[in-house]
Formats: sequence, C-alpha cells, structure tokens
Amino acid sequence: MKKTKKIKIKLNGKKKSVDNDSYLHELINDLKIPIKKVAIEFNREIVDKKKIKKIKLRNNDVIEIVHFIGGG
Amino acid sequence: MIKDKLTVAGKKFKSRLIVGTGKYKNMSECAKAIKLSGANIVTVAVRRVNISDKNKPLLMDYIDPKKITYLPNTAGCFTSEDALRTLRLAREIGGWKLVKLEVLGDKKNLFPDMIETLKSTEVLSKEGFKVMVYCNDDPLMAKRLENVGASAIMPLAAPIGSGLGILNKINIKIIRNQTKLPLIIDAGLGEASDATIAMELGCDGVLVNTAIAKAKKPFDMALAFKNAVIAGRQSYLSGRIDKTLMGNPSSPTKGII
Repeated sequence: MKKTKKIKIKLNGKKKSVDNDSYLHELINDLKIPIKKVAIEFNREIVDKKKIKKIKLRNNDVIEIVHFIGGG
Repeated sequence: MIKDKLTVAGKKFKSRLIVGTGKYKNMSECAKAIKLSGANIVTVAVRRVNISDKNKPLLMDYIDPKKITYLPNTAGCFTSEDALRTLRLAREIGGWKLVKLEVLGDKKNLFPDMIETLKSTEVLSKEGFKVMVYCNDDPLMAKRLENVGASAIMPLAAPIGSGLGILNKINIKIIRNQTKLPLIIDAGLGEASDATIAMELGCDGVLVNTAIAKAKKPFDMALAFKNAVIAGRQSYLSGRIDKTLMGNPSSPTKGII
C-alpha cells in the first residue's frame, strides 16, 4: 500500500504532521472542535467559516484556533 | 429606579454591574457568582483552544451567551496589533461587535498604554466595533477616546487586581462632567463600598473581577457588589446634601425644655 505523504503545519503554536492533500475542515473535524464556538486563523487571515471547505493544507501553514475562556 | 438602565451602544442592560469571568476556582463557581451578582454583561478572554485536553469545560457550557452578554476583552495584549487581531477573532466566534479594549503598557503595574489604546479605538470604531475602552483616569485622554469613536469610557480605579479602590475621585468626577458616554469604572476595586463610591460619583457602572473571584466568600461578595451598585446609583440619583464645615442639628432647637 502506498504511504500517504505527510506535511508539517503549526497548530496553536505546536508542530503537527498531517496528510498531504488534507483540508482544514477535516483537521477541525478530526480534533472534534465545535466549529461554532471557535474562530480560526489561517496564515494570519481570519477564516470565513462558510468558505472553510475550500482551504487545503500545505507545508508550513500556521493555524490558530481560539475560543472564549474566563477573563477579566 | 425600575426604568433606570445602563445603556451602552444603544443596548439597554438592567444591571449596572459588569463582572469578569477570570480567576475563579472552576467554571461552576464562576457561573454561580455571576448569577448572584445579577450582571447582564460578563467579560471574557480570547485564548487558544486546548487541543490536547478536549474534555476541558467550555465557558459557553456554563454561561449561556444568549442570556448573558459576552464582552470579549483584549486582556494580555501589549500592542495595538495584538488587540486588533484578538477582537477581530472574537467577532468571528459569534458576531460580537461590543468589545472591551485593553492594551497594557507595563507587565508590573498593568497600566494601559494609552497611545496604543487610542490608535486601536480609532481603527476598531471604523471597522464597526462598539468599543468600551479601558483607560487611565485622565480626562484629556478620555476626551480623545470619545473623539475617535469610543462607545464607553472605562477608567481604572487603581491597577488591575490591586483592590486599592478609587484613587483619584476628582479625575473620575471631571470625566463624568465632560462626557455623556457611559462611564464605567474598570479595575482596582477591592470591596463593595468602592462600587458604591463609583456610582455616587456619577459613573454609569462598574466592572469587577478579582474583588469577587478572590474574596473568601465569592458568592456573598457577588451579592454585596450587586447591592452596592444599586445603593450607589440610588444615592447618586437622590441628590446628596451639601457638605458644611460646622454641625447642623437634626432636631428643632425651638421648644427645648
């Protein structure tokens, strides 16, 4: 069986290896992150959730996923 | 008093007490304290989702954003760039336009960097945000914030989390007299009477976090702040007596035996 090529991305400050040709929304789904309760930044640009399915991951992409937590 | 509501950016709120959601032992303690405080607005921080521990409780599971207004805050930001990035992300989470801007300038005293704050207020206002601005108790700076489109002026009483109470009542009074914008004391309160004083100075509201969250009995303190804000507002609206140097007897002097 042919082994899927991997690429390296940075997710919330940590390096992560993902399949080449995978999509951002697949990554979010795999992590079981409730998309309605978060905001996503892709290479410093805010992701429009309606268009998230079009975003393909490439080597060295930087992703930030944030939500609300307790604060003053 | 029933119709006396806090109005910020055209929205009306029954309670004049805004509370922070940080520093509590856990989320359920936080939720109960908020309920007891009667607050309609809570400040929240924007942080990275914990990817490794997905079972960590979510704020939204404890405090329903449909019932309580979330006020995203830029606490921890030291540059205009970081603050703008944070609030743009906050807006994306769920369409929040009413935000609290806080750009700090010093890690020890946590005083706001007013140059960065002013810059950010202008940019955010132009982008359609309704910006409630944490600032120094400086009337000139407060005026400048108003001029660039701030939706509320939020001067500190004292450094964040210090519990020192209102250090400069005169400046707060001057800011009160010069602006029609909502004036909300933010940061530095230590006990319920500090909130009463703020309201008696004519402030429209107070924002409290540490004084409730770190009190020995947070639930009782939440209730104390709720009552203190109501008392202070009522006192302010009632019109206090003039101060005099000498005594003035309460009982008639006529007819003394």
